[in-house]
Amino acid sequence: MSEPGSPVVVRALSKTFGKTRALDNVSFEVRPGELFGLVGPDGGGKTTLFRILATLMLPDEGSATVLGRDVVKELWEIRARVGYMPGRFSLYPDLTVEENLTFFASVFGTTREAGYELIAPIYRQIEPFKDRKAGALSGGMKQKLALSCALVHRPEILLLDEPTTGVDAVSRREFWDLLGALQTSGLTVVVSTPYMDEALRCQRVALVQKGRLLAIDAPGEVGGRFPGDLYAVRGTPRHALIGVLREFPHAVSVQPFGDTLHYSDARTGLGVAELTAELATWTSARGIHDFDMQPIEPGIEDTFMALMGGVAE
Amino acid sequence: MTLAIDVHQLTRRFGSFTAVDAIDLDVQQGEVFGFLGANGAGKTTAIKMLIGLLSPSGGTARVAGFDVLTQTEEVRRRIGYMSQRFSLYDDLTVRENITLYGGIYGLTDREIRERSDAMIDKLGLASSAKRLVRTIPLGWKQKLAFSVAMLHRPSVVFLDEPTGGVDPITRRQFWEMIYAAAADGTTVFVTTHYMDEAEYCDRLSIMVDGRIAAQGTPVELKSEFGVASIDDVFVQLARPAAAEAGR
Repeated sequence: MSEPGSPVVVRALSKTFGKTRALDNVSFEVRPGELFGLVGPDGGGKTTLFRILATLMLPDEGSATVLGRDVVKELWEIRARVGYMPGRFSLYPDLTVEENLTFFASVFGTTREAGYELIAPIYRQIEPFKDRKAGALSGGMKQKLALSCALVHRPEILLLDEPTTGVDAVSRREFWDLLGALQTSGLTVVVSTPYMDEALRCQRVALVQKGRLLAIDAPGEVGGRFPGDLYAVRGTPRHALIGVLREFPHAVSVQPFGDTLHYSDARTGLGVAELTAELATWTSARGIHDFDMQPIEPGIEDTFMALMGGVAE
Repeated sequence: MTLAIDVHQLTRRFGSFTAVDAIDLDVQQGEVFGFLGANGAGKTTAIKMLIGLLSPSGGTARVAGFDVLTQTEEVRRRIGYMSQRFSLYDDLTVRENITLYGGIYGLTDREIRERSDAMIDKLGLASSAKRLVRTIPLGWKQKLAFSVAMLHRPSVVFLDEPTGGVDPITRRQFWEMIYAAAADGTTVFVTTHYMDEAEYCDRLSIMVDGRIAAQGTPVELKSEFGVASIDDVFVQLARPAAAEAGR
């Protein structure tokens, strides 16, 4: 049963393109005022899902409602109330910053001035460049303008498809700060991203891969779905350490993470000291020095890889 | 020993705007060198000069021992280049793409045949060799694009955001391919927005507003800035510049 007033309700949604199952029996709900993340690699079905929710594409099977309205039967009702920011090309590169905003306002039968209060915290950052052509903006500025354009008609929900793809790490943080502020003001935000670290900024995330949802949970809980214990291992030379650990008979997964390797073992109930001693002996016999390992809490990316079955697409 | 990339005071101006402002780089042969920077910091302009697509306004750059301005053809013969997108032809099959690039790089028919077979086998694409590139997953495409950029066994390979949007396992497999190439002596010059990947590089440089704001091994940079990750180093360097430029 769906909770009353859930702004997005998706039931057994499927969509096929030729032989590709872009969405495969997907179900989830977004709660009022939630910052909900769809996290996963490109080609996982995130964009197809957004297009269906934005009433730009019809599902093959299943149903979806946005703000209580059916995406197939009540599309006009939905369109007036949704702010949608597609992944690519959502701005007119030959129009200036200000002209883009004016255009999007007029399409929705409103004015820049009427929507200004809501967009002000974002738009003020790009207003000094209001006479610049949108095509000449940097990646971070383009995203802020696109967000302003998606907000100018005061939507009740925001659908943002990969707003931070290809954007540098600093601009991404700033963009997420803005989304956090919008969510605090009561707006429901559904956002997708291929960057796993960004999932931490959401209230709940759905891990999306190959048209399916692998898990839906609070970001802090996702790590708890990792099977078994996880360790951060260091050693020199690092490139060689990857191979040496993978050859260890009980290794389940060995994956580079920043300046460490994340290691999980097939055996359960093994003490940290015991495992550390075993691996120290194994690696030192194979030319690794400066060996160190510490137990760590699994993160979203660890879980994502484990739920993928440890196999690439 | 000759440096793989040897850059002195390299500068590029567009009108009154200085996109690359007197940068110095020295990359050793066989090194994995990470080239970081915010959007608009000048990375792409710098790379275009290094691969001979854009002439410098000042300074010098030698790649694989040759001057990028006066010996452009010699440079091109010794480098590979892979961009985030558009590296492969979607309407050609996997094998046709390899053959096409083999021809462009001036390999003999026999070399093309042998290297195609070896590459398809190594990438596990035997059953997909006749598929159009458009129909294969992004992760396969990126691994194929990297292999194609290495087809003529270049001494330096430039990778511009090679792992954007790729799943986390493929992303790591990609880095293992980079390590393997470096172990064979190829110099790898790579850009990325994933800060965890920056930690995988032997050395890094971080560009801010056309200049190189920091350079060193990941360990050196973290200790210099007194932080725990390259992400924190990057934010410290790039955040004030971003605020100023309104990005």
